[in-house]
Order: sequence, then C-alpha cells, then structure tokens
Amino acid sequence: MAVLLEKNFPVEAGAFTTAGEASTTIKRTLKQLGIGPEVLRRVSVACYEVELNLVIHSRGGTLTLLVDPEKVTLISKDVGPGIPDIEKAMTEGFSTASDEARTLGFGAGMGLPNMKRNASEFDIQSEVGVGTTITMSFALK
Amino acid sequence: MKEKRFHSVRLEGEKCRGCTNCLKRCPTEAIRVRGGRAHIIDERCIDCGECIRVCSYHAKVAVTDPLSSISQFKYKIALPAPSLYGQFSNLKSISQVLGGLKRMGFDEVYEVARGADVVSKAIQERLKDPKLPRPVISSACPAIVRLIQVRFPDLIDHIVDVRQPMEVAAMIARTEFARKHGVDPSEIGCFFISPCPAKVTAIRNPIGHTKSAVNGAISVLEIYGLLSSQLKNTPVDLTLEEASDLGVGWARSGGESMAVSPDNSMSVDGIENCIRVLEEIEDNRLKNLEFFEGAACTGGCVGGPLNFENNYVARSEIRKLTTRDAEPNLNVDAGMMTKYDLYMSGRILPNSAMKLDDDLMEAMRKMEKIEKLYNELPGFDCGSCGSPTCRTFAEDVVQGVATKMDCIHMMKDQLRVMAQQMVDLAKTTRE
Repeated sequence: MAVLLEKNFPVEAGAFTTAGEASTTIKRTLKQLGIGPEVLRRVSVACYEVELNLVIHSRGGTLTLLVDPEKVTLISKDVGPGIPDIEKAMTEGFSTASDEARTLGFGAGMGLPNMKRNASEFDIQSEVGVGTTITMSFALK
Repeated sequence: MKEKRFHSVRLEGEKCRGCTNCLKRCPTEAIRVRGGRAHIIDERCIDCGECIRVCSYHAKVAVTDPLSSISQFKYKIALPAPSLYGQFSNLKSISQVLGGLKRMGFDEVYEVARGADVVSKAIQERLKDPKLPRPVISSACPAIVRLIQVRFPDLIDHIVDVRQPMEVAAMIARTEFARKHGVDPSEIGCFFISPCPAKVTAIRNPIGHTKSAVNGAISVLEIYGLLSSQLKNTPVDLTLEEASDLGVGWARSGGESMAVSPDNSMSVDGIENCIRVLEEIEDNRLKNLEFFEGAACTGGCVGGPLNFENNYVARSEIRKLTTRDAEPNLNVDAGMMTKYDLYMSGRILPNSAMKLDDDLMEAMRKMEKIEKLYNELPGFDCGSCGSPTCRTFAEDVVQGVATKMDCIHMMKDQLRVMAQQMVDLAKTTRE
C-alpha cells in the first residue's frame, strides 16, 4: 500500500535542548489521525528512544514518520559513526552513552531493546564510518 | 448523533469582546472567536476554568447551584472541600467552618477530607498491584482526567480507578445520616462546596461511573460572605473535626501524594506543567515513578477559580491547620473499605475530539492539506483569525469551519494583489 503521509524531522547531534520535540510532533500527528491508544503508546516509547539515540550517539540524522492504512513506520537514519557490534548494542544493559548523557538519566542500555520490544517489526542496519538506519513498523490492525 | 455535553464553564455572550486571552490559554484548543465573540467547542472543553481566570471581561462563568437549591431536600448535608478551610485568615479551628455551615441551614456536615482519607487508603491498595502501569495517575482532578481523555488517550490505563473524595464522602455521609436518624436516604441531599467548575461537571457527568452520589455543587464564592460572618460566633468544637491532617492536606498540591505514596511520587500543579509531565510519562521516561498527582490549578485545589482567597494565602492557611496530628496517619475505619463502592464501575473512555476524521484515509488527506496550508501561513500565532494558532487555523480551514481570508495577513497579501490588478486595469483601459 502506498505511503499516504510522510514527515521528516532533522535531529541534531548533542542538541539536548530540543531533544524530544520530534517525538512530541509525531505523537500529536498520530493522535489527530486517530491512531488507537495501544499503538500510540508503543510508537511514543520507541520514537522517544530513537530520537534520543540520534541526539546522544549519532553525528546527527533524520527521523521519518510514514503512515499508511496498515501501519505506522519510523525510520531513523544517521550519518555516523555506525555501530561496530550490533548484537552487543542490542543487549539489555549495554550502553556507550557519555557521562553527560548519563547524568541526564540516559544510558541504561535499554534503548534499542525497548524499541525492538515495542515495534511490530524492527530492523537495524549499520556500517562503521557510514551510519545507522533503524526501521520500525507498528501494525495498525 | 452526538449528545450535548453538560459543562459548568459557560460563556456570557454579551460580555465577550472577542479578544484572544482565553483563546490562547485553553489547553485543549477548545475556544474559537467567530463573529466577534468566543465560542467553546463542547466536545473538547474539559472545564478546567483557565478561561474563567484569564477573561478580563468576566464573560466566562461557571454554572453552580445556588445555596437556595438545598431546600429541595428534607435533609441537607454539606460536603466542604478541604480547600474551603484555607479561605479564612487566622481560623482557630476547622470546626468553626464546619459549625458555621450548620448554622447556614445544613443538618449535617461531612468533611470531603474524610473522603480523601478513605480514597488515599483505596489508592494505596491499588498500588500493591504490580501489574498497573507506572506511574499510577491520580483520578482526583477531573480536569486532568478529562485532559488525558482528550490529549493523552494512551495514558488512560494509568489512571487509578478510585472515585473522587467528594463521591466517597457523599456515600458515607448519606448512609451514616440515614442510619443515625432513621430516615429514607432519598430524602437526603448532599451538596459539595466546590472550589472548581470541573468538579461541578463531574457531578453532572461522572467519569468512570454512571451516577454521582452528590446532589449539587455550591461554589465557595457563593457561600463565602455568609459563612465568614458565622465564624466569629461559632465556638470551637474539636469533636467535629474528624479528617486527618493528611486528608485535609489534599487541599493543596502535594497533599494527595503525601497521603498516598510519600516515598515515590510526583505532584505537579498548573495545567501546562501537567501537560509537560504527561508527555514524559507517554515517552516512558518516568517508569520508575510510583504515583503521579496532577492538579490543573496552580497550587492544587486551593487555586480553584471558584475560591475567594488567592492560592498562596490559602495554601499557607492550610499548612497552619494541618499540624494537629503528632504522626501523619489516615483516619479510616476498616469497615469503610469494604462497605462502600470506592472503585469506579465503568471504564474511562478516550475522547476523540482532536481526531481529524473517523476514517484514517480521510484523516491523512486532511493532514496533508493542513500541512500545505500551514506552510503558507505567517506563523505569528496572533489569534486574529479567531483560532488559537496558525496550525489550528489551518485545521479549521480544512475542516470547513474557517476560510483562508479569515487570516488578516493572507487577506492583506490578497488585497495587495488586487490593488495592483486594479492599477493595471486602470492603465490598460485609459483612452
């Protein structure tokens, strides 16, 4: 089914002052579209995690929201640095967050596992020096 | 077919000047100015009373019951909100307020703070269930519950299913009075002395159960004058004071948390602040928090728009009055926990008033049109068009309730083009 709605949100590396703004807009959009509470909640959690990952770990990137009648899709695409060991990164409790991020309450190592748990489908592709792309979809039916 | 909803918050049309004060402050974007005066969108209004507070022309009012309405009942019980105690300076004892109410024509007074004691205990019982999503959200402020229904439907499962203190107080008061005096419960009228319009609406349109145990709501302002004149002549009678300090503490923000879960709770007051924290709960950032108490009014119930005293003064009065108990303890008889329906009987449902369309495809089409129009708008959020922001204006145009030319900036551009066209036309037709 063709994508009917697409919104792109550039996310800057290290921009803690604006962190979470893309998620807030995405939530508002989904509420206006009438997406049910259960899916909405899962998207909210995953969306915030992925947005914060862009802020904390990446060199900047874009968060994309796609909606079609079957599903909501979130794509996070950054320009590096890339994840050397995806399996390790997906392990609960593993984190490479900076001390700065940790003092702000991040870095519990639950980000990626949480995203995977909340999404209906989860895919992560990464190449060191190039970047990481995370695709998550949330089935509407 | 949508039924007309009851709202305590109303507009007195002839007083409205069509300014943008209320428009900009409404947390659910429920107000529009059309034809030079404000209109409230019924489905979106949560009766928080923000508009009453900001209206310079007193065009926004709260509908409450007059004191005379108590005469419909043979027996009359007053249910004073704990915030009422904070309205008088240098009160010697809460019992003066309770005694004063009796002198005003009530047969009995039952403190809503006692209801709060019982409700606190009932919430503590619920918190023992680890399956409830955390943080558990208080159900006490009806404006916050309605805000969640409208703007945070995915957080409804977090709301604790315990009835409000005024409901519990009314149930207990009626049952006890009927038993003590051997009268028919239907002859007893329970009247809440209310600091806020949201509670008035909650009596007419209960959330989570079908019928309120409260028969009417009289605003604090309505009785303030008469009650203050009674206080001097009302002797202190400590036997009348039955609620604990914790129960009375519910009058101010933080009081409920203190009574329910002092070790791991968060109390937030002011509706905009509540919205910020609810966004965080939605993102799962506060998953280690046990209990969230949100009050729409600054300061909590002492900040209700139907109070006389300002919330800071009232808050400090409440603090002075709640130093009676050596140890903080809830005053709850074990029997009360099983005897009354403390828990809601129905589910709290989402309110879909923010939805663009019932059909997802159609909603997406509208969203696209909104984006397109929004990008043409100046982004001043000036409110001159009668919608609170440029974005809501774009929504209103797409929904067919406003037209592009309601935007004075677009209109100006249009006029400029037309003026040029007229000049051009004049030139070409000159002989």
